[in-house]
Amino acid sequence: MAVVFQKPKSLADIPLHYCPGCPHGIIHRLVAEVLDELGIEGKAIGVAPVGCAVMAYDYFNCDMIEAAHGRAPAVATGIKRCRPENIVFTYQGDGDLASIGMAETVHAAARNENITVIFVNNAIYGMTGGQMAPTSLPGQVTQTSPYGRDVNHCGWPIKVCEMLSTLEGPEFIARVAANNVKNVNQAKKAIKKAFQNQIEGKGFSLVEVVSACPTNWGMTPQQALKWVESDMLPYYPIGVYKDRTAAKEAAK
Amino acid sequence: MAERVLMKGNEAIAEAAIRAGCRHYFGYPITPQTEIAAYMAKKMPKIGGVFLQAESEIASINMVYGAAAAGMRVMTSSSSPGISLKAEGLSYIAGSDVPALVVNVQRGGPGLGGIQPSQSDYFQATKGGGHGDYRMIVLAPASVQEMASLTIKGFNLADKYLMTSMILADGTIGQMMEPITFEDAEIETYEKPWALTGTNCERPHNIVNSLYLKPDELEVKNMERYERYKLVEQNEPMWEEYMMEDAELCVVAFGIASRVAKNAVVAARNEGIKVGLIRPITLWPFPKDALLAAADKVKGFISVELNMGQMIEDVRLYTQCKKPVGLCSRCGGMIPSPEEVLESIRKAQKGEF
Repeated sequence: MAVVFQKPKSLADIPLHYCPGCPHGIIHRLVAEVLDELGIEGKAIGVAPVGCAVMAYDYFNCDMIEAAHGRAPAVATGIKRCRPENIVFTYQGDGDLASIGMAETVHAAARNENITVIFVNNAIYGMTGGQMAPTSLPGQVTQTSPYGRDVNHCGWPIKVCEMLSTLEGPEFIARVAANNVKNVNQAKKAIKKAFQNQIEGKGFSLVEVVSACPTNWGMTPQQALKWVESDMLPYYPIGVYKDRTAAKEAAK
Repeated sequence: MAERVLMKGNEAIAEAAIRAGCRHYFGYPITPQTEIAAYMAKKMPKIGGVFLQAESEIASINMVYGAAAAGMRVMTSSSSPGISLKAEGLSYIAGSDVPALVVNVQRGGPGLGGIQPSQSDYFQATKGGGHGDYRMIVLAPASVQEMASLTIKGFNLADKYLMTSMILADGTIGQMMEPITFEDAEIETYEKPWALTGTNCERPHNIVNSLYLKPDELEVKNMERYERYKLVEQNEPMWEEYMMEDAELCVVAFGIASRVAKNAVVAARNEGIKVGLIRPITLWPFPKDALLAAADKVKGFISVELNMGQMIEDVRLYTQCKKPVGLCSRCGGMIPSPEEVLESIRKAQKGEF
């Protein structure tokens, strides 16, 4: 019988630990499909974060390393500077990338490190049980903002793509979402481009994937996907925020 | 014969690292060790190596972690406040069993402290610094020559035992110039089948990691690591003994303090006091056998340090408190004069510790 659908080779054949309805599984799959399609599984070295995706080192079939909280871009820098022929990527959440690891993120982007960053933004600290994240929305109720995020008290959520796209350094900065089929397809294209850029030596490419956390948002998976559409995407609009190569082409 | 060259201590470390095969340096500026970075910045691009100034000490140690995991001889250097920031990475490097060389050219602390020489990071270097059960090999050079030779030794030991070697120097040795030779360095090379190289689709994936959520697995991992540490303790202690054959008193000092202490020992001998010196070269593993053997011969010890008394705890511990241990120390960037140490020796001779 012909096989018409199977697990990507780059994804290990073991059960993921993610909660029911969590889009991490989809996003892992997109990354793995891209590694397969580009034929770079054997050259890839992935850097796992601290957060829900901490055990991504077990899930991707390529060589993997577990970084300290927020330090994945620095670890990836160390690897890439040693092994420029390899394909190095990080997979990080919002607390990891946009709070504790903001310095590492900004400076890796400023240096235009030739790495690929997959940034999953679900507006909450998932692994520790649902605390306010740097990307939690104004008014969002979390364990550490039980009366809703008060921007006068703890500031405003950080728009990572908008901020990084002000830098001269990075090659490609895009935001996608994993909340419906159309957006997932679009997300895969952006992720593929982010890896393709690295293969072509173009430099730092970051794809922010707006995601959901039904468990810690206190919603059903369906409600959570709707909340992505109704509340998150208006604050975090989908789009390509920086594409140096495309901008150069357009200027010709 | 190898050529003699006049070098600063910090530069000797950098040149020795390159000769040891290190081609990747990640650092962040801090006094009094910045010459190491400057030397690397100049040399590395010319020999196909990488010098990268990171955005922080935290980033630089994590770059070291990545490069070490990729199987490279890699180093960073800093000074006391910067080493505190690197402590996180040191713990991850230890927990992941990858080799690295880290240099601490110590300055006075705590806090921002000062920029003058100090030995007040002894506890931090030998007892941990970062979280968790782990050790680092701690090498304490007392001359510019040793800055070079212990750097090469440090890389070899790190690769051999899959752990961090720390060069625990101080601002004096970092800044002073002495003639040295680079003997043909004995570069040991070790297979690194665990390194991140890409699977090339030919082997199962390598994982470099310090997370073990199952407590029994984490315990086993730590126990295995401590088996390795036991070998280090058996095989690698280094120390120098000076005028110890007939000594009735023993001065214990490392690094720049040992240079001062040596002068005081000679002066005391001229006064007829039978005193000797034990200079630990490895602070971990501590040369405990040498100290214990001395404890059966001498009336007492004097620990000479540039801090409020840190190594003195190990001197007491490893001499099993068999004999009194006095302290002669200055701190905050101050260095005791040979006269001050001599005075301590005279007192000890009279039984005052």
